[in-house]
Amino acid sequence: MLDSSSPNPRGDTLSSLIFKNAANRGAKTAIREKDLGIWQSWSWAEVAEEVKLLASGLAANGYVRGNNLAIIGDNRPRLYWSFAASQSIGGVPVPLYQDAIADEMIYVFNDAEIEFAIVEDQEQVDKLLEILPQCEKLKCIIYDDPRGMRHYDHPAVMAYADVRELGSKFLTEQPKFIEDELNKCHTDDVSVILYTSGTTSKPKGVCLTHKSCIEVAQGDMGFDNYTDDGEILSYLPMAWVGDHLFSYAQSIVTGFTVNCPESSETVMIDLREIGPTYYFAPPRVFENLLTQVTIRMEDASNIKKWLFGKFMGVARHTGLDIMDGKPVSLKNKILYGLGNIFVYGPLRNNLGMSRIKVAYTGGAAIGPDLYSFYRSIGINLKQLYGQTETLAYVCKQPDGDARIDSVGTPMPGVDIKVGDKGEILVKSPGLLKEYYKNPGATKEAITAEGFFKTGDAGFIDQDGHLKIIDRAKDVGVLNDGTMFAPQFLENKLKFFPFIKEAVCFGDGRDAVCTFINIEMDAVGNWAERQGLGYSGYVDLAGKSEVYALLQECIEQVNQDLAMEDTLSGSQIKRFLILHKELDADDDELTRTRKVRRDFVAEKYGVLVKALYDGSKTCFIETQVKFEDGRSGTISADLAISDAKMIPFNQGLAA
Amino acid sequence: MNDNDRKLGPTLLKADNISLAFGGVKALTDISFEVKEREVLAIIGPNGAGKSSMLNVINGVYHPNAGSVTYKGTVRQQMKPHEAAKQGIARTFQNIALFKGMSVLDNIMTGRTLKMSAGFLAQCLYVGRARNEEIEHRKKVEEIIDFLQIQSIRKTPVGRLPYGLQKRVELGRALAAEPTLLLLDEPMAGMNIEEKEDMSRFILDVNDEFGTTIVLIEHDMGVVMDLSDRIVVLDYGKKIGDGTPAEIRNNKEVIDAYLGVSD
Repeated sequence: MLDSSSPNPRGDTLSSLIFKNAANRGAKTAIREKDLGIWQSWSWAEVAEEVKLLASGLAANGYVRGNNLAIIGDNRPRLYWSFAASQSIGGVPVPLYQDAIADEMIYVFNDAEIEFAIVEDQEQVDKLLEILPQCEKLKCIIYDDPRGMRHYDHPAVMAYADVRELGSKFLTEQPKFIEDELNKCHTDDVSVILYTSGTTSKPKGVCLTHKSCIEVAQGDMGFDNYTDDGEILSYLPMAWVGDHLFSYAQSIVTGFTVNCPESSETVMIDLREIGPTYYFAPPRVFENLLTQVTIRMEDASNIKKWLFGKFMGVARHTGLDIMDGKPVSLKNKILYGLGNIFVYGPLRNNLGMSRIKVAYTGGAAIGPDLYSFYRSIGINLKQLYGQTETLAYVCKQPDGDARIDSVGTPMPGVDIKVGDKGEILVKSPGLLKEYYKNPGATKEAITAEGFFKTGDAGFIDQDGHLKIIDRAKDVGVLNDGTMFAPQFLENKLKFFPFIKEAVCFGDGRDAVCTFINIEMDAVGNWAERQGLGYSGYVDLAGKSEVYALLQECIEQVNQDLAMEDTLSGSQIKRFLILHKELDADDDELTRTRKVRRDFVAEKYGVLVKALYDGSKTCFIETQVKFEDGRSGTISADLAISDAKMIPFNQGLAA
Repeated sequence: MNDNDRKLGPTLLKADNISLAFGGVKALTDISFEVKEREVLAIIGPNGAGKSSMLNVINGVYHPNAGSVTYKGTVRQQMKPHEAAKQGIARTFQNIALFKGMSVLDNIMTGRTLKMSAGFLAQCLYVGRARNEEIEHRKKVEEIIDFLQIQSIRKTPVGRLPYGLQKRVELGRALAAEPTLLLLDEPMAGMNIEEKEDMSRFILDVNDEFGTTIVLIEHDMGVVMDLSDRIVVLDYGKKIGDGTPAEIRNNKEVIDAYLGVSD
């Protein structure tokens, strides 16, 4: 065991903290993994021992200080230990997304000059063997799960167990090796390189230091009162900053237990078995959970349906106030209490969220309905804002002051400025040291005063809450000088179930106008319930009743906007419903389903013109590509509708 | 991985001049073939060619009117299915034969029945040897669940599962008996392409990891050609072809009878 009493003059590193945990809370469970149906656990003392063995094994294989170590696979204890092992002998772990395409992997392997990789299983080994000829330096692939690996005799491929075995031999020869290596590590050393997914350019390696990881984890711990008897479930990609911070750094700093699910399909079951106290998921996960609940409620008996409907109504008007600690009338308190017994409690239990103290979401906009659903049934769901470059440490919503339209207040130690075009600039303890081997990009991203340019546009409201509205490069200005944030408007529109896509125009124009794509399922369903007949998409999209329905949605958005000082001028004046769905095959969307605004504006130039020249209808003929490769045309007379605009600050009165 | 590395062992099963008739209907006439250890053998043929009857003869459900089956060097004419099971022959069925109301785990556990030796009372009380045995069996079952990647449905009643998964559970139950010879009756019937691919992978993995000899009946020619080391072709109860996939593909008689006559 390493001596933990004498503080290292070079400061703490994540790996040295593991050994401190082994000394201070050695018997406490550090990590669990469900294997063959049973949760297997390792205490901090055992983890420290495993890390020592693996680190020595790596060293015995020629892994030296300054080497990078690629880590690919699902969340597995042995992969988390690989982070610590490489860090404890002065290496830098580089986690990669396991679904990354070959080109991207090759790029990262060469960029980071990777010689060693630790991967989960045969699938990853096969992938790496395939790209091996293009990865100049790669010479050692270590796999964790031996299944299907019996016939592999490639000299570069090794089993984790064998490396560990080598390590134990190495340790008997050099028992002081790990301790000496740990003492050479400095808190300002780079602890991890996280590659950002390059949708527009080559991926960039974000270098973070031990110091920033530790400080950020301590900041989060203080903010949300994390304690070492907490439990989390790790199921998000290890290459994502959120998982690295939450499941690795935070767990080491706080000492709580990390649970690795059996497989990616069993996450929901494992969630119920573990009942985590802290939870972090992107909005789509919360959305999927809610969808499942809704579907299962549809199949429930009438009594259950009635109870659910009744008490969800109670939750809607009292739940949020109770969560925020606001005063509630006695009658509502009693009703909510009953609801808690009959509906919310069992529901939380079913979702595996009975024990949750705090749940976070981030990474994308969350719909208001979704957000308030979870909060109103007693789950403390909050939003946070941050990016890889700031170690996800910029803003968080404080308890009792969580609002749907803000991402919260700056975290302790974080400095926020608003730059040109409303761009948010951040100074954070979690700020990246640099982009790996890319001083040009580093210089471009960090200002002379040490602020990171987030690329997001937003503003800080009178209560100190940060509101993010759009990507800074997309933000435009109307002719009267009002800020125009297309994506912000489009997201607001898309939160309506009837709207699938929206494209807003307004930069350099007098007013905001928009194209709408209806959500066929939702609108079709609505039409059936109204007894409205239609023959197909084009017909449905052109119905005046549908226009009226959509107009309501848009006017509601306008009402919301009327409450916003900066954005109330960018209300939607006119809209039309497109006769065809925007499609990636027609180049109108990217493959990740983001609208290519400029392309759409050009392709439907006639319609844009009609929106602004006051005409009531417009004829359009469009070429479409069918899935079998043939193409045809769709034509329609599109109606154009006006929406009511509401003056600033009168949103509630309307 | 190199296919040529896989060594075929000595003959595991040999059918000699098997004939089977139900009253006046001749299901099988004078069929002979052999299966080597660790081999994957496919039996193909048009509907009613006698494929399932052949499997039933092998695992003792039907008793041939003439001819004999030699299994592990022992010649036999009459055998009961449970004896076949004891000797390491397991099978899956054309129509899924699982306990629909029971969980996946329990269904696979039934495949261990023959390996349980503790007394009935001890098992009821869950004491002594029964307890240790149960833990041992559960471990084996969990290994199979892991192998077939069905952890997420471990506790789900089988009746609620889609067809493709039920087939996989049935394979799991057969594997739970740790068979030497595995008989699969149309393991991929009614599956979509993705499910077929998964199933093919599992069959090859079983063969490779556990060294299990496999005899399978299948209609999908693509699957058969890819999976099997050797193919036996039946038509109207008679054997009309026997050889490697390449040989079968070029066998005139087989093409005429099964793949269709070309003008």
